[in-house]
Amino acid sequence: MFSYCTDPSTLSGLTWLSCYLTTGKHMAFYLSFGTVLLLLAITAPTALLFGYFGATAARSQIAPLRWIGKTCIAIVRGVPDIAFFLFFVIALDQAIEWTRHKLLCPEWTEPVRQGNDFVVCAAAKMPLGTAPQWVHETYGFFLAIFTFAIVFGAFAANVLFGAMRAVPRAQMETAEAYGMTRKQAFRRIMVPQMWVYALPGLGNLWMVLIKATPLLFLLGVEDIVYWAREMGGSKTAKFTDYPHGDWRMWYFLALLVFYLAFTRVSEIFLERTMKRLTKGQATTGGEAQRKVAA
Amino acid sequence: MKKLILTTAAFALSAGMAFGADVVRMGTEGAYPPWNFINDAGEVDGFERELGDELCKRAELTCEWVTNEWDSIIPNLVSGNYDVIIAGMSITDERDEVIDFTQNYTQPDPSAYLAMSSDVDVSGGVLAAQTGTIQASHIASTGATLVEFATPEETIAAVRNGEADAVLADKGYLAPIADEDSELVLLEKTEMLGGGVGMGVRESDGELKAKFDAAIQSMKDDGSLNELITKWDIGETF
Repeated sequence: MFSYCTDPSTLSGLTWLSCYLTTGKHMAFYLSFGTVLLLLAITAPTALLFGYFGATAARSQIAPLRWIGKTCIAIVRGVPDIAFFLFFVIALDQAIEWTRHKLLCPEWTEPVRQGNDFVVCAAAKMPLGTAPQWVHETYGFFLAIFTFAIVFGAFAANVLFGAMRAVPRAQMETAEAYGMTRKQAFRRIMVPQMWVYALPGLGNLWMVLIKATPLLFLLGVEDIVYWAREMGGSKTAKFTDYPHGDWRMWYFLALLVFYLAFTRVSEIFLERTMKRLTKGQATTGGEAQRKVAA
Repeated sequence: MKKLILTTAAFALSAGMAFGADVVRMGTEGAYPPWNFINDAGEVDGFERELGDELCKRAELTCEWVTNEWDSIIPNLVSGNYDVIIAGMSITDERDEVIDFTQNYTQPDPSAYLAMSSDVDVSGGVLAAQTGTIQASHIASTGATLVEFATPEETIAAVRNGEADAVLADKGYLAPIADEDSELVLLEKTEMLGGGVGMGVRESDGELKAKFDAAIQSMKDDGSLNELITKWDIGETF
């Protein structure tokens, strides 16, 4: 990076550190913070959306829809994350390729499953075998987001389901008395009020999600924990210009600071949201706010 | 209709061509110097990087490097996330049941023990090894207690902090570590394990296997493989 970095073995102290911290490898490490933040930024709203649909399905009046919603929530919540990540992603990837295989290569006669192997024609590969590496990485990244969204969506669905039931029955009765239909009452009365009951649960989920990102490496996405472990490991002079001992402690310390700072910021944000949501609600919190104002 | 047939034919042709210019994805671990590791620039480097690039050149393939955790390196190969495992993987019968191996590109190499002192008794005690390696299954078959770790780095750390008495791994991996750290020593006792290191390919991928077999053979014949083995201190030459 800097001009004086050509021969690191002659450097010492801060100059050495400045060179060390700007190697291509460290750049990849810094970039992976972006990967994690991007993942969170996309996953959180998607999971919330999945959760919303899950919860609405679970309390639907149409029995089959209700069964599907409840079963999905129960299965995803029950399966360990790591098993889900290993099984579901590979299965999803194979399902996509299998479908493309059937559509694109009808003339193919060999079986798709050959022993342990999963073989589809070249045109059905997802992404194509000829695609550059970044396409593969992006594809893997979105598979990861989808999987995260399903897992956390199921938990969010349960939280929202509970929150919907927590909205006082009297509120809904009043809506009915005003002549609103079931749908109108749901949209106008229940949904705006349920968030205040859902927020503590959703906040918990968000905190868990922040810390769940190391699961990414199972899917081949290199996240901050992977890089910290890789770079903190002791390096012998033969294979690097910057040999050092076991520095994992320092790298993980940096991660600790990052995670603590991140969760603290989240907490502050959640607290403020809670205050805003409580305003004018028929809860003890809302009552307290009203008294302070009056 | 004619046009439809024509486009189909063109499509089939282009699909065939696309197959010809296919990118071969090389899966490695990137945490096992000198075999494979991530260099300062953040790229895969090491003996297998040089070897793989040369083999691809000889077999006239375009290759791309991917890293994957050792634990799931075989499942990801068979499900098609990459096409080749080139990660210091020894050829064993157990693995051969699931995937196919090319011919070996290193000699069956002794595995060595690395410990804090030279008088450690390896027939008993606690020994560290990386999960899913031939060394781990060897320790499990002896009287010693096995502690497994996901990465090679952690096995060394376990010896340093006293969690394990010694670590069993390829000598090529342990030797540079012992050279640099005066606290750690290689024991004299070694174990002959496995049938050399080969590239892993899917069992249904006979064509690719044949290409790499031929390329490895040509590197063995003109001595360039021996040069690489000496350059990276991997072990015995052919």
